[in-house]
Amino acid sequence: MTGPSIRISGTLFSGQTPLISGLDLMLPGERWSVLLGQSGVGKTSLLRLIAGLPCAAHLEGQITCGDGMLIAPRVTMMAQDDQLLPWASAHDNVTICSRLRGAPVQPNRAAALLAKVGLSGLQHRKPTQMSAGQRQRVALARTLYEDRAIVLLDEPFSALDAMTRQSVQDLAVNLLANRTVVLITHDPGEAIRLADAAWMITPSGSTQCDLPSSAMPRDAAATETLAAQAALLHQMRGHISGDAA
Amino acid sequence: MRRLLRGITAFIVALLVWQAIVSLSGVPRFILPGPAVVAQALWENAALIRDNAFWSAGNLAVGLGIGIILGVETALLLALSRRARWLLRPMLVAAQAVPVFALAPVITLWLGYGMPSKIVTIALVTYFPIASAMFDRLMALPAGLIDLSHLSGASRWHETLLLRLPYAVPGLLSGLRLAVVYAPLAVLIGEWVGSSQGLGHLILMSNGRGQTGLMFAALIVLACLSLCLWLAVEALSRAATGRLYGDRSSFD
Ligand SMILES: Nc1ncnc2c1ncn2[C@@H]1O[C@H](COP(=O)(O)OP(=O)(O)OP(=O)(O)O)[C@@H](O)[C@H]1O
Ligand SMILES: [Mg+2]
Repeated sequence: MTGPSIRISGTLFSGQTPLISGLDLMLPGERWSVLLGQSGVGKTSLLRLIAGLPCAAHLEGQITCGDGMLIAPRVTMMAQDDQLLPWASAHDNVTICSRLRGAPVQPNRAAALLAKVGLSGLQHRKPTQMSAGQRQRVALARTLYEDRAIVLLDEPFSALDAMTRQSVQDLAVNLLANRTVVLITHDPGEAIRLADAAWMITPSGSTQCDLPSSAMPRDAAATETLAAQAALLHQMRGHISGDAA
Repeated sequence: MRRLLRGITAFIVALLVWQAIVSLSGVPRFILPGPAVVAQALWENAALIRDNAFWSAGNLAVGLGIGIILGVETALLLALSRRARWLLRPMLVAAQAVPVFALAPVITLWLGYGMPSKIVTIALVTYFPIASAMFDRLMALPAGLIDLSHLSGASRWHETLLLRLPYAVPGLLSGLRLAVVYAPLAVLIGEWVGSSQGLGHLILMSNGRGQTGLMFAALIVLACLSLCLWLAVEALSRAATGRLYGDRSSFD
């Protein structure tokens, strides 16, 4: 499984009004790219356009893969809300996508993935009988079961408490190795911790953020991580006050 | 057990209040008979009431069954096919605004005084709430699950079967709750329009002959029938919700 690089260029429109103009993002293959930006700027829209999902905004421009092949059949997405089926067990939630396609279910692989995310005993639990962190880990197992080269993450960890978030983040980093991951987040800490590359998205385009030289996932408590986090927070504030002026 | 006890208590209190009203107001027994008089009428006409009750209950069961099956099928068909939606959805909406009960005389005119006209009336009256409640829920699949289906490359058929159908179960249940309220009314109206059998017929006939005790007895049997139906749907609803969403059923 090798994730291709993705290039997004052009202008994002909502109806007639441009949301982001002069976009030119080169998301590296097999790496974690983090997108930051003010609420409403169009991050989710970008992700939906990459995934080929129906979207209120449209891009006048191009989304292409480094290897020249189609994106849509190779992509999967995980959102803030876990989007689990409330009537299905953890196991059935993990395998729902293959059943939706009419493809045979691989129960052993599903069980192995649930074990990897630390839920081996809870295969038969319904989502209502699990904690938020456990539900999000089921969603992660479902994403992994899909085994796609491109994984889009729209604030998937934001509803979790700090400790659970770190453990789910680490799991995701481990299990999504060699895939192209695009992560949207509002949390500068998360961005610095997980990014191989990060961009600040604004209505006038994107600017790349400075990251520590160490490899991700970075230690959240390390001095250079904290310094980079502070710098990023400063940059985010600057954009917000700059827009308000 | 607790619920049963509460039900019995409420029943006894109702009987006492009824008796108190009769004794205190001194209303003549041909206007409002007391519980004792009604119990006596129930006892003396047991066979008559039983036969008529069976007839009505049979119609009710068959009519409701047809209403449920056709309602569910219509809802699924509409969810599956854009063309069917285009054609049939306005009818479904219009049927909610029009009192379907008003069709009872027409149905009796076409189908006669026997069972078929009663069954069709009941089926018609239960069909619409079930079809529309279930259809609304089939079409209300949350955006996140629609995305999931999209990303998996699901066909409309698989999406409907695996996502929309289980999601629509609460809709079916709320339609069913409405249907069991309407169904006994449809029994009454169907029989009042024209019938030689059934509890509705018995109520009308005993009223005409001044047999108020018998009339109340038939009324009470009909009320019990409705109550049982309602309790059955409640039990089904609890069981289904528990099975679908696990013990902590907070989902809606
Ligand atoms: N259904 C819709 N119809 C019209 N406009 C919409 C619709 N959905 C979103 N928008 C607009 O599109 C813009 C981009 O929305 P998007 O969800 O991509 O923002 P976002 O950057 O993901 O924000 P957040 O960080 O709050 O999630 C917003 O300004 C929003 O108002
Ligand atoms: Mg968003």
